[in-house]
Amino acid sequence: MKYALGRLLHNVLFLFSKTSRLSSFVTVMADQVLTFLCRSRTLSRYLGSLILWGMGLLIRVSAMLHPAFKERLKDKNFTAQIKTSDRALSRTYTFEDGRVISRPGIHPKPDVTITYRSSDLVVKLAVPWRDQLEQINAMKNFQLGLEGPDELTMWFMETLSLMLSAGLEYGTAAGKGVKRYTSNTNGGPVFVYVKDGKIIRITPIEFDESDAQPWTIEARGIKFTPPRRTTVSPHTVAWKSMVYSPDRLLYPMKRIDFDPNGERNCQNRGISGYERISWDEATNIVANEIKRVKKDHGPGAILNGSGSHHTWGVLGYWLSCRPRFFNSIGYTPVVHNPDSWEGWFWGAMHHWGHSMRLGAPESYGTVEDCLKHCEMVVFWSSDPEATSGVYGAFEGTVRRQWLKKLGITMVHIDPFYNHTAALLGGKWLPPRPATGNALALAIAYVWITEDLYDKDYVTQRTVGFDKWQDYILGKEDGIPKTPEWQEQEAGIPAKDVRALAREWGTKRTYLAAGGITGFGSACRCATGNEWARSMVCLMAMQGLGKPGVNMGGMQQGTPVDTSFFFPGYAEGGLSGDIEGTAMAVNMYQRMPQLATVNTVYQRVPRLRIPEAILDGSTCGYPTDSKTIEGQFLKFDYPAPGNAPIKMYYKYGGSHFGTMSETNRYVKAYRSDNLEFVVNQSIWFEGEARFADILLPACTSFERWDISEFANCGGYIQHSFNQCNHRVMVMQHKCIEPLGESKSDFQIFLEVAKKLGLGAPFSEGVTELDWCKRLFDATDLPKVISWKAFLKKGYYVVPPPKEELRDPVSFRWYAENRSKDTPELAPLPADYTEQYGKGLQTQSGKLEFVCSSLKRFDPNDPERPTMTKYIPSWEGHHTTELYEKYPLQLISPHPRYSFHTMSDAKDSVINDVKDHRILIDGYYYWIVRINSKDAQARAIRENDLVKVFNDRGAVICAAQVTERVPPGTVHSYESSAHYDPIGEPGHSADRGGCINQLTPSRMMIKQSHSMAANSCLVEIRTWEGEEGIA
Amino acid sequence: MKKWNLIIDIEKCEDCNNCFLSCKDEHVDNAFQGYSAPQVKHGHRWVNIMRKERGQFPQIDVAYMPVFCMHCDNAPCIKAAKDGAVYKRDDGIVIIDPVKAQGQKHLVDACPYGAIWWNEEHSLPQKCTLCAHLLDQGWKEPRCVQACPTGALHIVRAEDGEMQEIVKSETLEILHPEYHTKPRVFYKNLYRYTHYFIAGSVAVEKDGISDCAQGAVVTLIKDSEKRQAITDTFGDFKFDGLPENSGTYRVEITYEDRTMKTLEVGVDKSVSLGTVWV
Repeated sequence: MKYALGRLLHNVLFLFSKTSRLSSFVTVMADQVLTFLCRSRTLSRYLGSLILWGMGLLIRVSAMLHPAFKERLKDKNFTAQIKTSDRALSRTYTFEDGRVISRPGIHPKPDVTITYRSSDLVVKLAVPWRDQLEQINAMKNFQLGLEGPDELTMWFMETLSLMLSAGLEYGTAAGKGVKRYTSNTNGGPVFVYVKDGKIIRITPIEFDESDAQPWTIEARGIKFTPPRRTTVSPHTVAWKSMVYSPDRLLYPMKRIDFDPNGERNCQNRGISGYERISWDEATNIVANEIKRVKKDHGPGAILNGSGSHHTWGVLGYWLSCRPRFFNSIGYTPVVHNPDSWEGWFWGAMHHWGHSMRLGAPESYGTVEDCLKHCEMVVFWSSDPEATSGVYGAFEGTVRRQWLKKLGITMVHIDPFYNHTAALLGGKWLPPRPATGNALALAIAYVWITEDLYDKDYVTQRTVGFDKWQDYILGKEDGIPKTPEWQEQEAGIPAKDVRALAREWGTKRTYLAAGGITGFGSACRCATGNEWARSMVCLMAMQGLGKPGVNMGGMQQGTPVDTSFFFPGYAEGGLSGDIEGTAMAVNMYQRMPQLATVNTVYQRVPRLRIPEAILDGSTCGYPTDSKTIEGQFLKFDYPAPGNAPIKMYYKYGGSHFGTMSETNRYVKAYRSDNLEFVVNQSIWFEGEARFADILLPACTSFERWDISEFANCGGYIQHSFNQCNHRVMVMQHKCIEPLGESKSDFQIFLEVAKKLGLGAPFSEGVTELDWCKRLFDATDLPKVISWKAFLKKGYYVVPPPKEELRDPVSFRWYAENRSKDTPELAPLPADYTEQYGKGLQTQSGKLEFVCSSLKRFDPNDPERPTMTKYIPSWEGHHTTELYEKYPLQLISPHPRYSFHTMSDAKDSVINDVKDHRILIDGYYYWIVRINSKDAQARAIRENDLVKVFNDRGAVICAAQVTERVPPGTVHSYESSAHYDPIGEPGHSADRGGCINQLTPSRMMIKQSHSMAANSCLVEIRTWEGEEGIA
Repeated sequence: MKKWNLIIDIEKCEDCNNCFLSCKDEHVDNAFQGYSAPQVKHGHRWVNIMRKERGQFPQIDVAYMPVFCMHCDNAPCIKAAKDGAVYKRDDGIVIIDPVKAQGQKHLVDACPYGAIWWNEEHSLPQKCTLCAHLLDQGWKEPRCVQACPTGALHIVRAEDGEMQEIVKSETLEILHPEYHTKPRVFYKNLYRYTHYFIAGSVAVEKDGISDCAQGAVVTLIKDSEKRQAITDTFGDFKFDGLPENSGTYRVEITYEDRTMKTLEVGVDKSVSLGTVWV
């Protein structure tokens, strides 16, 4: 009877908690009625006291119904007081050994006090349906006070909020004690099967009968419809082996010879071992170091940065709780170079704008346009079958197979016979690395001399062509950029260039420059700017935006519903950070939260972290996407009045495998200049092995989150249009965190509590509450209730009717109309004449000669005002170095792992034959070498070889192949494992961090950019030596 | 009785390894009573993807051939097993009984396809079960097929007669028919892995300018057999599907009715002739 009554009460509570459609309706009504009633002070006092009484009752009821909640109540013994400022309302809640006693009246010495300014606020905010904006407004205006130690106040507030989620059901029973949950990853959404608290399998999501039907495109008499399921990347399929990896950090650890109050032994980072410590000890050390460093050195002495990626989830990615925490303590952020965009950001942007997309173009409607009108696709440094675009799993694969079915010609320009070329076939043209710009200029030469370009378009929609034409024809420098001239530089037979140019000049052609347009290994080399710039110029000559003439290789531009709002991770999650994330676009209005602001102006460029630490000074240029000129604002380190870095709080993936000349980073870690290093990491790998304190984070399968398939938002607005279906996913907490690991949110909260920052950090709610708040901020509540979404775990957005599909990118531009694609950028002020007309450039047109560069530095030899051929500063023209190191190494983004995720750490990815090779019990990274080069060095398949130059040496397994030209070698970047044979930073690495070899020189001086694909090396069989040379 | 068959299209396999990794996800650390003991995490390849590059830079192609247990109707492992440790189910799937097969290491060598692996820890021979434990629960496909993004893997449940029709209409082949084991795993476009090609680029020079010779007629002659190809925009031609050790071929190239060029090509591997000037 008592139980039934309790259940009834709890159901009533749910009715008022906006979890279902009915309850949303009831809630709105209740709020209206109560607001009306509260106009009477007396009534509001009565209602307030009723609510406070009910709260005590509900705690007891929840404990009765939910064992886990009951168990939680045993955590603490203390008394909480809730009252109004005038004490007209007051009630205490005493927690004692799991029992809760609620009494009216004022307590003389409560441990926790929540004070509302008036009783009508109690009625508004102490209820399950409270409006979060009103709650925040009350906090900011001091209408709501919180006193007591963070440990207790947070516990009390979370307990109140847990009452609401305690009974919620999630997941689907799959028989035999197995429950099927949902999650999301960097490589696609998944079903997660769990039995006895353990993950047993992870699969793609197969849609059921009730999910939306997909779109169909009819082209050339054939109907094309994608399959009703999601695809997954290899690294996603391997997740189970990463969750249960023996390299998981399961406990907080301290380096054995690190004593925060004595000898720190910084020089032993990367050498000495670790001992297990408690969370309390670990967070004490970290919190005390934060205080000490701020006290001893002043602002700016704390450095924090992340990898480029994290485990998936809008709330858990690197732009959410991380900046919320660090903004709250004040820190010097590591600013990212536009690592996958480089040449597009620093180069192409000046020709066509698109600063908000870091120089990459819009991609709307291109799948349909390509299928209907295109006759040829040129893949140029484009391997979406290896890189999944980004986050896009194999969604684009089926669409590229449609191209093949339609008999559309395909050409692949890449020094590596890549996986897209291998799958689809078509002509392979392998230029020498970093010479793509020469090939592009020669194509333009053929078009100009054979009259094969769109003259009307060039006249009406572009500026500056005549000047560039003079350069191409050799009128400026006496060198006509003929196919024969190109052959000397890029090595493509002149006849092939002529054939390609004639095909391209007479066929409606799509240019896939990069895996998604605006990426591509060619943009990450010494001449990356000039390559990306020439891609824009070629398309400007062929009428960009006309039917069948556009950018892309079917990786983006599906006809999904872009009008349905759901944020990507770059929109800031719970960061409260309006400056450092894309929160200002939508989320600051949609998801009310406390804003957070970093008070430190100092910044460190990610590629110059070692110099900042070791030399104490460096400089950089910002990846500022607001406007074209944002990238020109040089900054110095240290910033005026700021302290140099003394403490490094590292979070996420390792830089050893992903940045450039990375022995520098190893050396920086071992410097006394860094007084303290803490690393918050899931696995013991890469940089984590160089920390003083290790904080074990859990994976996304062990915490709550919410997200969409392939939606990063921000720098790639509508990036989900890589997918065949828009899929929003509730990332269930599938299993409990392993060992003592915790979610990043929880770790930051634990440290925050020790700094008195608990309440502003978490706003007193749990991670699941944040998911609900994010859900409420999207368009999802219009189509599915929270309860249903939480239970099922995903929602498929129906595609729009054919007549409501997005228009094709650049069609508006080609036809000189106002922009009609669904993109907010550029900002209104960046239109030169009329809002919505033209591009972001000063002329509003495609510019062959760039106005922005003319204004900034017209005489910069490294970045001329129009694109020219500039030989690589590390390549076949750098004679002395080339003689010593005659092999050109390219190191694209890896195929099977995602950055450092899923590599090494005993993941099953290691057993993929083309990822690592097991030799004598050790998994070696692979270097691919042409048979002729191999023969000249007596290297056979699977021989252990040393790949080296003056910067370092990496021991790899050789794969002898025809997939690279003689003189070029290929190895992926992003090894997670760093395993020096001798002294760290000074010896050969068996782990496979190829980026030890790549140059740290910026692509151009006036930038913050990496040129990893301009790298000269030598290779020889390895005899077991430790040294680099 | 409808039986399971697996169809693998070599042309659609891009070595993404989703099949191999799904198999690991399903079987490592998971025991399925009556079907299988846990797979060894490292070393076992119940899906074994073989790579073959053909030709010489820059005229090459690459093919991948996943090799599974062939679920043979005339399975040598069943014959070699003691105590009926390996058996054929009515639906065509071959299962190694994880209890009865303990200690029977000789089964590893019994399979001519190398599809049986030895599990030292459990002292057990192991192989692909076609995820029979899932199919029996109503799953429509095994894990490898579900995770395949290209359609390279395809599962068919059909009467043997129906399957033979499919084999004919889609010109499917089996791997190593000379083993006579009657596999239930069929391949499409197997020539991409097993056969050779002769390829080249035809080019022409006029007034000191080199150009690709599009539209050249290339004839491949062996004994009385002739095959013809017309060169594409890049002057490229390719004769594929040449059997192993099939000897010497003659290649004749005619361009614009003027030039005739004859080459003798010995084929002991795929041959890229490079640029042929006419």
